[in-house]
Amino acid sequence: MKEEIIIAGFGGQGVLSMGKILAYSGIMQDQEVTWMPSYGPEMRGGTANVTVILSDDRISSPIVNSFDTAIILNQQSLDKFEDTVKPGGILIYDPNGITHPPTRRDIKVYTVEAAEEAARMKNAKAFNMIVLGGFLKVKPIVKMDNVIAGLKKSLPERHHHLIPVNEQAITRGMEIIKEENI
Amino acid sequence: MGKTEYKLLKGNEVIAIAAIRCGCDGYFGYPITPQSEVMETLMELKPWETTGMVVLQAESEVASINMLYGGAATGKKVFTSSSSPGISLMAEGLTYLAGAELPCLIVNVVRGGPGLGTIQPAQSDYFQATKGGGHGDYRLIVLAPASVQEMNDFVDLGFELAFKYRNPVMILSDGMIGQMMEKVRLSPEKPRWTDAEIEERYGSWTVKGKPSTRERHIATSLELDSAKQEKFNLKLVAKYAEIAKNETRYEKIMCDDAEYLIVAYGSSARISQKTVELAREKGIKLGLLRPVTLYPYPTKAIRDLLPQLKCVLAVEMSTGQMIEDVRLAVNGKVPAEHYGRVGGMIPSPEEVLNAVENLIERNKK
Repeated sequence: MKEEIIIAGFGGQGVLSMGKILAYSGIMQDQEVTWMPSYGPEMRGGTANVTVILSDDRISSPIVNSFDTAIILNQQSLDKFEDTVKPGGILIYDPNGITHPPTRRDIKVYTVEAAEEAARMKNAKAFNMIVLGGFLKVKPIVKMDNVIAGLKKSLPERHHHLIPVNEQAITRGMEIIKEENI
Repeated sequence: MGKTEYKLLKGNEVIAIAAIRCGCDGYFGYPITPQSEVMETLMELKPWETTGMVVLQAESEVASINMLYGGAATGKKVFTSSSSPGISLMAEGLTYLAGAELPCLIVNVVRGGPGLGTIQPAQSDYFQATKGGGHGDYRLIVLAPASVQEMNDFVDLGFELAFKYRNPVMILSDGMIGQMMEKVRLSPEKPRWTDAEIEERYGSWTVKGKPSTRERHIATSLELDSAKQEKFNLKLVAKYAEIAKNETRYEKIMCDDAEYLIVAYGSSARISQKTVELAREKGIKLGLLRPVTLYPYPTKAIRDLLPQLKCVLAVEMSTGQMIEDVRLAVNGKVPAEHYGRVGGMIPSPEEVLNAVENLIERNKK
């Protein structure tokens, strides 16, 4: 198993931490992982992205040009990364704020209305976990138990009381993700 | 048997954690992107409350390197970290440390230059690290980690080599290895050396107050008598030869049947490893030799592969620095060329493969 993922959106949407939880979940089930963020000026306001790779074998390059899955959270990132999804790969996006939806027909496209759902849950911070849930529904590469273990590892102990809320958000994401028929 | 525990950490974070765990006595540094997490992590972990390790933000890089000199002269395990422009400011201190034969560790998380350059990853400090940086005939031992695990491992190894040879050691990393997170197994914890242990092991040269029973020790690089200075220089030459004999490290990937070879270190080696995978899928017999020590350089390892090779490509995020050492190893026997991206741009595995294919095409007989 090897999964090469790009997660991209605005700074503050929880892009990097979603990637970190996914990577930690991989470690919990003995996979090799890399997490390579954009750390340049774009991170200081503007778009943020992270490449996460989970693999059963040693990972060569942490930088790749094409992805099995792209998780896209704003228009700029969609414009930038739609073309980088491998043919037959997956693109997941939140339609909130998207004016030009994806057009490729050789990939599977899913929508997850995470911003809307987070507002309904009255918890803006659940946004990235809803998205993660959607991804895990489509690509169950890590087990839920390991995601919770990963959450425990990546959250400081003072935030451990938030784990049930996060779990709930992940489950919600799994329920609301939809395949888009282009 | 307990299960090994793995952490998910950034390269920069693990440098700080590894230093505390290996019994480091002190850190002196000044913040600069892309390595500020080293000091941030140290400040967050507050080792002065646990192991007693000192962590100090100096007023500048020049102050940091001179604090390192002071700490090293007393036989303490001390280190500093910076990125390219900061290392240039430390250059004077580096040559003085080498001249006074003081063991210490310097971490350079390289960014693009020259000048203030960019904050993105680069490998353009190869010459500075391996050929000088400061003036005079001296060498640093240079370790080039290619993973977060090696960032961890090379802290302890760096101190071990520094004290074994009484020589400054540099970890030459870059923004990519520093900023990325990977699975890492932390080293076992070692206590800091006691004063008695330092006296027993390094008492023949450490500077910490002269008892009446011996002559004073001086940590200096000054010698006004030319004959004595020449003798000292030759002693260093012999030391460097000993280091080259014992400590040259490298990794060979898919080299057994290779007809074409990439030589690359650090981040470029990781990218090139993927290039090797892609090339093998296309039936191109490509291998990778990854220097782990950049000084001493694995010259013989490259030379030994030459009979089976048709051409060699040095891949490096510079305009061509390590290629000079590759060419010395190859010595004109087969074509050896450079491929690189610069200014903080990172080459993709596919574009490196393209460079390999172009090289093969150009050298078809």
